[in-house]
Amino acid sequence: MSLAIFSIGLLGTVCGLGLGWAAKSLRAETDPIVDRIDRLLPQTQCGKCNFKGCRPYAEAIAAGQAEINQCPPGGEAGIRALADLLGREPLPLNPANGLEKPAAVAVIDELVCIGCTLCIEACPVDAILGATKQMHTVIAAECTGCELCLPPCPVDCIVMEIPEAIDRRRRPRPALAAGAS
Amino acid sequence: MQDSAVERARNAGKRLFHFHGGLRLHHHKQASCQVAVQSVAIPPRLYIPLMQHAGPEATPLVGTGAHVLKGEPVARFNEPSIGYVHAPTSGTIAAIARQAITHPSGLEGLCVVLKPDGLDRWTRLQPMEHWQSADPELIRQRLCESGIVGLGGAVFPTSRKVEEARNFGIHTLILNGAECEPYISCDEMLMREQPDKVVLGALILQKAVAAEQVIIAIEDQMEEVFSALQAAISNADCTHMRLVKVRTIYPEGGEKQLIQVLTGLEIPAGCRPPELGLLCQNVATAAAVAEAVTEGKPLVQRIVTVTGNGVKRPHNLLALIGTPISTLVDACGGYTHDAARLVLGGPLMGYALASDQNPVIKAANCILVLSNRDIQSDQAEMPCIRCGECARVCPALLLPQTLNWQIRNDLLDDASDSGLGECIECGCCDYVCPSHIPLAEWFRFGKSEHQLLAMERSQSNLARDRYLAREARLEQLKQDRERRLGEKKQALRDRTSVTGGTMGQGPA
Amino acid sequence: MNRKFTTGAAPHLPPISTVGEVMRQVLYALCPGVIAYTWFFGTGILLQILLATGFALLFETLMLKLRQQPVALFLNDWSAVVTAVLFALCLPPLAPWWIACVGMFFAIVMAKHLYGGLGHNVFNPAMVGYAVVLISFPQAMTQWLPPISIAPTDIGFLDGLWAILSGQPPAGMTWDAITRATPLDTIRTSVASGQTIAEARQLQTFGDLGGRGWEWIANGFAAGGIWLMWRRVISWQVPTAMIGSVIVLGLAGYLLDPGSNPSPLEHVFSGAIVLGAFFIATDPVSGCTSPRGRLIFGAGVGILTLMIRRWGAYPDGVAFAVLVMNMAAPLIDRYTRPRIYGG
Repeated sequence: MSLAIFSIGLLGTVCGLGLGWAAKSLRAETDPIVDRIDRLLPQTQCGKCNFKGCRPYAEAIAAGQAEINQCPPGGEAGIRALADLLGREPLPLNPANGLEKPAAVAVIDELVCIGCTLCIEACPVDAILGATKQMHTVIAAECTGCELCLPPCPVDCIVMEIPEAIDRRRRPRPALAAGAS
Repeated sequence: MQDSAVERARNAGKRLFHFHGGLRLHHHKQASCQVAVQSVAIPPRLYIPLMQHAGPEATPLVGTGAHVLKGEPVARFNEPSIGYVHAPTSGTIAAIARQAITHPSGLEGLCVVLKPDGLDRWTRLQPMEHWQSADPELIRQRLCESGIVGLGGAVFPTSRKVEEARNFGIHTLILNGAECEPYISCDEMLMREQPDKVVLGALILQKAVAAEQVIIAIEDQMEEVFSALQAAISNADCTHMRLVKVRTIYPEGGEKQLIQVLTGLEIPAGCRPPELGLLCQNVATAAAVAEAVTEGKPLVQRIVTVTGNGVKRPHNLLALIGTPISTLVDACGGYTHDAARLVLGGPLMGYALASDQNPVIKAANCILVLSNRDIQSDQAEMPCIRCGECARVCPALLLPQTLNWQIRNDLLDDASDSGLGECIECGCCDYVCPSHIPLAEWFRFGKSEHQLLAMERSQSNLARDRYLAREARLEQLKQDRERRLGEKKQALRDRTSVTGGTMGQGPA
Repeated sequence: MNRKFTTGAAPHLPPISTVGEVMRQVLYALCPGVIAYTWFFGTGILLQILLATGFALLFETLMLKLRQQPVALFLNDWSAVVTAVLFALCLPPLAPWWIACVGMFFAIVMAKHLYGGLGHNVFNPAMVGYAVVLISFPQAMTQWLPPISIAPTDIGFLDGLWAILSGQPPAGMTWDAITRATPLDTIRTSVASGQTIAEARQLQTFGDLGGRGWEWIANGFAAGGIWLMWRRVISWQVPTAMIGSVIVLGLAGYLLDPGSNPSPLEHVFSGAIVLGAFFIATDPVSGCTSPRGRLIFGAGVGILTLMIRRWGAYPDGVAFAVLVMNMAAPLIDRYTRPRIYGG
């Protein structure tokens, strides 16, 4: 009896030590969860999720204060990626936050622009160039398509355009065969 | 790059090596090699696409109604060291309009529509008479102005390639006369009929990149080409030029594979041939270089193989860029009754066109019209049985079945780790697959998706950086303002205590 | 002229082979071995092949219907027939009919379709079926016949048919009278009882290299297998590694103790080593795909087979060895990925 207790106890100790060692020295280095969530967000910084930007939304998801379905630019694919990362069930996009749309960039009609700088202040990524009473322009390569510059414009001279260069590079997904999964 | 590798590259062609995989295919070249290359009559309209290669479209330099002479620039590219688009013949600009262009995407693009006047009058040509003693930079500029691109199918601007080659320092120029795919015989006919021009072009390119030696690689079955080029080389009296026969194994004409056969070296991942001191150029490109430099003629025409069971009299034709494909097929006696598929390029890597109204472009080495029995498109796709044939024939030593699985499941990063980027889309795996899985198509799809993903990622990283920078800046501004406000309040309080007076709130 | 054309992805060439063609070639390659089998052991094996094929096609059709897959397309791939024939070749020639039924149920339904059908099975279906019936019905699975030339009684075609359908020995005979232990079983029991292998080999059931008759069947399978290798239907790596490892390991054992270990050739030419090396371990779906992986896979099957023969509870171990290596195949493939061009 005592031998059995001793041997099981010894086995338990050895296993425990082994596991403890493994947990310490074989640990896979991973980034903090907020960083990993943030990387899956599209960085549009549009605030449609009701947070100030992607990073605050990531922090809220990590803290359990926000659902994973509040990001319209990320769309269904983004929700799936978040669900995968967090081990949750994917949810349909919350329509209260907006609808999924093709990526677009803002374009300022430079003839109409009055140079009020309101859009420059609204842009979360500093992608609009211009000065007071000067014509403004959007740096297309840096525009995230967040649409935050649309409401402040007093003359409604900003429109969203879908760049077409992408289409030429995108190839259609090959059709799946009947038997193939 | 290691010196030993460069040293081995210097011995290119002295001994022949093998590359992994590949296929021995029936080459189907006889049909189009029977008769000499013939010129196609100028069609009633020419459609010159302003997108000639990767990158944005060229900007038109002429307006509708303008009269242009043959060889006059009609559009220019905005990027450096890519030159102009030229008028293939003299005539008036009928329109500059969007229409279907000859491109794998099948999308529309801007085209200059030229109504030929039938006179085919050249603009004033400026040959470089003393190119032997000219500054290599001038030769490069001439290639740029003449719109010379790689005519093997990749249409990479030659002046860019030359520029890159000069930066790395080239010892060996390889002229690629090994036609990659079955059916295509335009390079073979060119070397047979104009060997002197090919050799001359080789010498000019050699001069432009200051290479020590030139190797012209041809397939071992091109007997006539061998003797023609041999004669041309001895005529030109050039000692640093060698003719090498390589085995006819697909895709031996691919740049990486040809270099591997000639040197035994693989181009390390992420590197390009100039880093080994090698520069590859297609033989037709060399001939175009010769015309551009010694005659001053820009690239406005090319030899196109029109062949396959779907055309009545397969031929090699000299066609102006912009000629509708239907005109070429008509010149070959028209379609046979069972013509089913129109392919631009060879049967393994070419892309199918929906309409024959598409124009000939600089990349158009072959118009292949296949009949139904050539394609058998009714073969159903089956699940992969992991037989491994695809891996056995892959010249890039990939495991296509693994890549296929990864791409289908959207594991694009995994696919990239498995070497998707090294896939040359040769189609060997696809051809041998007993389950008829469209592997090559999946890989093209996967590559484009991965490219877009990488682009999206870099954009989102940029957006994140800019957002964080802005947040930090706003935070800093806020703190500054508060500090200034605090200081002012403090100053006010100090003054009040001293003078006992009151002051208005500052504008802070 | 303005014509419209069909579009499609490159390559624009008719494919050079089909899954059905691959499977049919495997069936052709099995013919010499089956003919030798029939010659030495009678027509029972042909009945088993027919039975197993019938059940296989039945289950395959049912499962394809259930899974809503195109039945004609997948029946045309002949994979179920190959599974059935390989399974039947492992059965005693007079095994009762329900053995084939149970075996094919586990092979086609459990091992193949429940894993996702053609191309998705982790385990070799034929070997799953065989392992199930071998473990479940040891009595029926050990009623092996001696070669006709040394058989005490002649069992005709109709006798065989009766025995298979009724599960009873042919009229007027008993199982004990007509069945005989296989050479591998004989070696096993005699070594266990203290005899040397040389003594055991005095029995009539042994031939020059392996068991009498069995060695010729092995030759038949080898001939078919080499044809398959030449046709590039199977890779050279698996058979070479498997037979090579059996010879090396067998030779080592033989040199250490020839009394209790059979000679390497004895090993190769008895049991299912040759059939396994060319036809079972080469199953691409459940095996490895990289060339080095296939070498490891083949060698693993060979080594495990000899270990089971020497220390295991069964006289032969090809089926179990293949199943164990099937489990290891994804891992082996992962660690034997070929170098990528330029890497």
